[in-house]
Amino acid sequence: MTRRDIRPSSPRRRLLQSGVALALVPWVPARAAADDLPEIPALTAFLAGRKPRLARVRLTLPQLADNGQTVPMKVVVDGPFTPAARVTAINLFSESNPVPEMAAFEFPAFVERIEVESRVRLAASQRIVAVASLADGTVLASAAEVIVTIAGCMDGT
Amino acid sequence: MPDARITVPPSVPRGKPFEVRIIVRHPMETGYRTDESGKSIPRNVIRSLSCRYNGEVVISAKLSSGIAANPYLRFFVTAKESGPLAFEWVDDSGLRGSDTASVTVA
Repeated sequence: MTRRDIRPSSPRRRLLQSGVALALVPWVPARAAADDLPEIPALTAFLAGRKPRLARVRLTLPQLADNGQTVPMKVVVDGPFTPAARVTAINLFSESNPVPEMAAFEFPAFVERIEVESRVRLAASQRIVAVASLADGTVLASAAEVIVTIAGCMDGT
Repeated sequence: MPDARITVPPSVPRGKPFEVRIIVRHPMETGYRTDESGKSIPRNVIRSLSCRYNGEVVISAKLSSGIAANPYLRFFVTAKESGPLAFEWVDDSGLRGSDTASVTVA
């Protein structure tokens, strides 16, 4: 019995192989794009020309959020800090929420451990940016991408 | 039922940062929803929430509809002296809330 239709060079197999390859390719540019900040007018206005360094801030959100109504969010700024170079504020910006300025946390007193955790609402799959402002004028930032399957904010359910 | 639940460690070593957690019971109404009759439900979110430790403001948060209902916040404060950790918040309807936990510094 000959099974010519499934020999390795069959057009069908090559088609399947290229399909697998295509499915894998888009992940590479998506990861690279997470290294720079998304275009958010509110973020541009907040930065007012300052260039944040994409370092020391770790913004953690799940890569996939089943429910946009409540998504765990954590921001950590790596120290060490001194009273002259302490974190004074962390601002959170959203790419696609109706309100782009999600939250701002100010630290009037010196704290050597900067870690803030909360739960956010996300209207759609998007990137979130955390900006940390230091007392010496340094601005640090980080972005995280979240895929949201059920959007928050909009519906009543 | 109280409006907030604050969690601090039972005792904290002096000079070290300690974890503070708070959950405030609040709908954080976005203003984008409608009721059964199709009328839009006005926005009502906690605008600001602050925490004082022995009278000194340690965190001041500005929140929006981008924060989930029953806002939860976890952060760190440096232990100095035993004393109160007093939270205060206000929502869009002007309703003010407050709650206090006590910190024991060992």
